[in-house]
Amino acid sequence: MGEKIEHLEMRGITKRFPGVLSNNKVNIQLKTGEVLAILGENGAGKTTLMNILYGLYQPDAGKILLNGKSVRINSPSEAIELGIGMVHQHFMLVPTLTVCENVILGLSKNFFMDLKTAAKRIKEITDTYGLAINPDAYVWQLSVGEQQRVEIVKALYRGANLLILDEPTAVLTPQEANDLIQLLKNMSEKGNSIILISHKLNEVMAVSDRVTVLRDGEVCADVNTRETSQEELARLMVGRDMAPCRREGAFSPGKPVLELQDVFARGDKGTDALAGVSLRIREGEILGIAGVSGNGQKELAEVIAGLRKTSRGKIVLNGKESTQMSPSRIIEQGLGYIPEDRIHVGTIPSFSIWENLILKDHHQPPFTKHFLLQNRTIMSHSSSQVEKYGIKTPTLETPTGRLSGGNIQRVVLAREITRKPVALVAAYPTRGLDIGATEYLHSKLLEARSNGIGVLLISEDLEELTNVCDRIAVLYEGRIMKVIPVEEADERILGLLMAGIAEEAQVQA
Amino acid sequence: MSSNYNGVFKQIMVLISALVGALLVGALFLLLAKSDPVKAYGVMFSGPFSDKFGITETLVRAVPLLLVGLGIVISFRSGIINIGAEGQILAGAIGATAVATSLPDLPAVMLLPLVFLAGATCGGLWGGIAGWLKARLSVNEILSTVMLNQIALQIYLFLIRGPLIDPKEVSYGTGVPQTALIPEHIWLSKLIPGTRIHSGLIFALLLAVLVYVFLWKTSSGYRMRAVGAGPEAARYAGIRVEWYLVLAMALAGGMAGLAGVVEVAGVHHRSLEGLSAGYGFSGIVAALFGRLHPLGTIPASVLFGALLVGADMMQRAVNIPAAMIMVIQGLVVLFVVSSDYFLQNPDFGARIKAKLFGEKADGEGGK
Repeated sequence: MGEKIEHLEMRGITKRFPGVLSNNKVNIQLKTGEVLAILGENGAGKTTLMNILYGLYQPDAGKILLNGKSVRINSPSEAIELGIGMVHQHFMLVPTLTVCENVILGLSKNFFMDLKTAAKRIKEITDTYGLAINPDAYVWQLSVGEQQRVEIVKALYRGANLLILDEPTAVLTPQEANDLIQLLKNMSEKGNSIILISHKLNEVMAVSDRVTVLRDGEVCADVNTRETSQEELARLMVGRDMAPCRREGAFSPGKPVLELQDVFARGDKGTDALAGVSLRIREGEILGIAGVSGNGQKELAEVIAGLRKTSRGKIVLNGKESTQMSPSRIIEQGLGYIPEDRIHVGTIPSFSIWENLILKDHHQPPFTKHFLLQNRTIMSHSSSQVEKYGIKTPTLETPTGRLSGGNIQRVVLAREITRKPVALVAAYPTRGLDIGATEYLHSKLLEARSNGIGVLLISEDLEELTNVCDRIAVLYEGRIMKVIPVEEADERILGLLMAGIAEEAQVQA
Repeated sequence: MSSNYNGVFKQIMVLISALVGALLVGALFLLLAKSDPVKAYGVMFSGPFSDKFGITETLVRAVPLLLVGLGIVISFRSGIINIGAEGQILAGAIGATAVATSLPDLPAVMLLPLVFLAGATCGGLWGGIAGWLKARLSVNEILSTVMLNQIALQIYLFLIRGPLIDPKEVSYGTGVPQTALIPEHIWLSKLIPGTRIHSGLIFALLLAVLVYVFLWKTSSGYRMRAVGAGPEAARYAGIRVEWYLVLAMALAGGMAGLAGVVEVAGVHHRSLEGLSAGYGFSGIVAALFGRLHPLGTIPASVLFGALLVGADMMQRAVNIPAAMIMVIQGLVVLFVVSSDYFLQNPDFGARIKAKLFGEKADGEGGK
């Protein structure tokens, strides 16, 4: 490991990608023990800047100074040697290995791995910071939230004293997020430096010492957290005043469009991930599913979409039983689905925008006639979608994987809503999205609601749920703890239900 | 999809560099074999293009390479790796020969399509087995196709030595393992009299265009590419991934089967030993060199056809084993596959430069 990082400076960093100026003369500074928040919308260049610091990209211009000395970081392994650790937004873990194996991956200098000592050290780290994680669990068995903890352990295990976290709380429950904030504070008090990439203003306010705001690849503000406010930061980041999107209009649901009756299904671990779920979603209603990820949310969405078999129970979609239907029949029957993994399930990264926009309808007129794709129709459809949904892309031929997360989600949203579904399942649709994109998504979900679509919104963001849902169901260990009207739902009651404590919540309610 | 010419030009430059790199390393092997690489390469590259014989022979080799390569393009694009073209060629050849020799009195307009259909079906079934094993039982297709090559070869040898052997070989007592000649009226016509180049070339070129249209302009082709590029997303979109894996392998096998038919109907006019001649493997190289694009596979097939012919000539001129060409082909595969890295990591060049000339970080590794 290199010497301890007392001072970091990135000076005049410029990085250009084909068609985009991702970073333009960006300067940031960080002292030891400081928490620096980098704030900005998707595509503002936050991740690019951090990837440069972590050695994944080389800047076109500018330099990195560590403790006053200019360094060149050619690869992540060099960054780690220097004491820089990174927790990515998209995890870099090997699913078929255990937690312990993932943590020591690439570290062992001997031919034989000393897993026992490693497990012990991992336990020390997890105990110190209160990160509950079993070193012997396989990563594919873990929920997204747990996987993130593995990533943090991984960086700590490597002795990082400058930790970069890319949207770390996007995947956590409120309680977990609070724990993480506490953890970050502990770490900075112990002399570690932290760079936090985020767009959640309350967290930035709670944990950071300074905030650097990026907009369109340029630094537009660098302020002390104590001297600013959430409103000011939001304005700086977006470049205009913001108002949160809220449910409006009367709640007058129509007939049921999606019904689950005592549904059981097995998860990847082979146990019952869903253990008797009953739900009813009606026209023009948004039903929220709250809960810590890994309590059956993924399975719930997949079972409805026909991508996972039920072991018991019945699903009725748009008046017909869909329990045994193939995924394509379910799509025809009127189900829209915004999947949790928007990059690899919701889209095909190497396919162009237009190819992804017709993913579900490519075989039907007007896109296909006599087996031939109708290029002109598809292109005019796609360019109108790109315009209508504000998808930022150089061309229609651009591979979707090159877009930012928010723009990929717009592609998925455009496709799913344009199909005029009867019911729409949205799994963590705003995870990792910035304020602007989140607001947009909420407005579209509410628009769907007022168009009579029944929406099932799976989320961990309680603010999101209470803002847009009509009713909220809490999922815990594959069961619905309770379904409560949004007027009766507050963060504390939901939090208790999410932790599996039903009676107390009932007493309080 | 070639959205900009700059990208295509870059791809071509990288491919040419890969080829040159492979030849340079190959030169080392030639030196080891105590021959003069300059002279050897001179013959190898000038020979195939110096006269009518060289050019037409190059094209004769290019035909089966292209057909096999088209099948490889379909299967690789659908996310399934077909190493079984050798076996599928033999299945196609023997199926075509069996139909042709047992119905000699049918007119060409009926028999020729029937022969092609038989060959494509046999190859397709043979490929389909591996696809089915993968889709149903998750058997790794690389293993199953390699094993199926062995099975196909042994069945083929059994058939041309036993049940399907030329009755003349039996009555004369010579016993050369080959089938009877197929009826002369379905021999593919010669494009240039006095050479071996036959109308199978036109057939293969048409098929290349057809495969291109299929993969990029039809809904089924879209589905197959979707299955290859994002199986999870394809499943999510209601596409039956398993079915398209089987279909992809069947089509790939069918293409290889057609290569067998063309070798029978256009070149040998019967099934005999060594008919597949390694085309099943060289076709993979041609497809990779053609960037897994049906139209790119056309020039790539001609190039590898020329390499095969050039190798024969080199063998005669400088007295080195033609197996050398296998070494060079192997090197080309390694270089082409590695060159992907350059195309996908634009930073890589800059990073190499930094490693070589740039100032280095303090805590630089390697104790």
